[in-house]
Amino acid sequence: MNKTVSLATVALATFLTSFGPGVPGTTVKPDADNAGLKLPSGFGALVAAEGLGHARHLTVTPEGNLYVKVEGTRNKGNTIWYLQDTNGDGKIDNKTGFFKYDGTGIEVKGNYLYASSNTDVYRFKLNEKHQVIDTTKAETIVTGLINRHQHEAKAFTLDNEGNLYVNIGAYSNSCQTKDRTKGSMGMQPCPILDSAGGIWQFKADKANQTYGDGQRYATGLRNVVGLDWNTQLNQLFVMQHGRDQLHDLFPDLYDEKQSAELPAECMYALHKGSDCGWPYIYYDQFQHKKILAPEYGGDGKKTGGDHIQDPAAAYPGHMAPNAILFYTGTMFPEKYRNGAFIAFHGSWNRAPEPQKGYFVVFQPFKDGKPAGDWEIFAEGFAGPGEIKSPGQAQHRPCGLAQGPDGSLYVSDDVKGTVYRIVYNK
Amino acid sequence: MLAALLLMGVSVFGQTNTMAASIARGKVLYQNICLACHQADGSGVPRMNPPLIRTSFVLGDKTKLITIVLKGLNDDVEIEGEYYSNPMPPQAQLKDQEIADVLTYVRNSFGNKAGAVKAAEVKVVRAKIK
Repeated sequence: MNKTVSLATVALATFLTSFGPGVPGTTVKPDADNAGLKLPSGFGALVAAEGLGHARHLTVTPEGNLYVKVEGTRNKGNTIWYLQDTNGDGKIDNKTGFFKYDGTGIEVKGNYLYASSNTDVYRFKLNEKHQVIDTTKAETIVTGLINRHQHEAKAFTLDNEGNLYVNIGAYSNSCQTKDRTKGSMGMQPCPILDSAGGIWQFKADKANQTYGDGQRYATGLRNVVGLDWNTQLNQLFVMQHGRDQLHDLFPDLYDEKQSAELPAECMYALHKGSDCGWPYIYYDQFQHKKILAPEYGGDGKKTGGDHIQDPAAAYPGHMAPNAILFYTGTMFPEKYRNGAFIAFHGSWNRAPEPQKGYFVVFQPFKDGKPAGDWEIFAEGFAGPGEIKSPGQAQHRPCGLAQGPDGSLYVSDDVKGTVYRIVYNK
Repeated sequence: MLAALLLMGVSVFGQTNTMAASIARGKVLYQNICLACHQADGSGVPRMNPPLIRTSFVLGDKTKLITIVLKGLNDDVEIEGEYYSNPMPPQAQLKDQEIADVLTYVRNSFGNKAGAVKAAEVKVVRAKIK
């Protein structure tokens, strides 16, 4: 009897290994070249999928299947891919596309798949296997958000209490009277903040909400593409894309090198009512100070915004953090648990200095706070050699997701590659 | 020094206002005004700032091109199947000759080869859109 039971268990385990991609206990083999990535010792990577188009964010189901959000089709092609690895070798072998709206955000929460366009957030009902029941039936959850050709991605995340947090990026660089125009001063107060430049909170299960139904949860955030709900702290963390062009706009105050390095890209731990200070101040990671923006009378030294929240952590300028993920898996070594992975899309606004970023960073955390220096976790996405202009990058990391086995998935929005990073002791 | 050079370029026409001189002046203007977004190699920023390489926007109708520089652009632009939507601020503060120079440079750089843009052509377009 006992023997029969254990045989059955073995058979079940074998079944899971063969047919349950990403399920705990499964081991997939990294590619011989680790998918072209450089990783810490003990880690490996494989190309799980490629050629998906401009793949932005992605999400993994409890079964280990993926949904990937795509942009850049101008609503002519499929913009969500459902990806399955039916034989458990880690390589996607079944792909289904649906949904016509370009966008960035995607997340499986409970029995729904949420996805955003550049103005709306939708959801699809899932079956017990977390597959979309009817791909033609998208329920509109939020609609009519501002999209003015700049910072238009409505990246989002959800908490565990039925709330949806949506980035509404500022349709401006620094709220100048004339956007991105040399010497133009900032509008006082900045009128953009009424309807953008922050994180808005909506109900996750209520149809057709718009500005009046939601509330501005946090303000003074120029643009946020990476955000994640930290379940350990029950708190929203976001990565801000800092302002561009300090030298172009105020050449008497900033030289090209300063402009390439400033301001910091910042991580913020938000609470309701947070004000992170855009456009009035920016964070200088060398002086460790909030500096008054030149549009508002700053000179690169004057501090400002005493009432403004300090960042939780600061990173070099312009590297474009497009995803943050708190790692809760057990596959990776202990030091990674409850720390944050950050996908830096890579800069463009450092020119004529060489571009930087194009990697995935690990930020250690201790007791709910960033502790110690960030480190490069995965690099090599962009290819060999110095990147002078972003078009030279072969791949750019954009989205992060954690598999049920603890694998880390990274999406690339140049060629639509999905990388899977695993750890084998 | 830079301003002095530019001034010379504009005022001492005849000797210096050849196409090569215009390209040389245009290059300096490009570096100061355009490079941050359109990049040193004219390749732009994927899906944000359009490339200036071998596109009809640059090589085609000069009136349209001059208009973009004078009025800026806040529109979705398709180039070879990719879309670019970041707004470009107007550059109407530039003199006619400066716009002619920078466009002549762009039309003859990054692998592009097209005729020069003259200050007189910029003047005509500027008068029309006022």
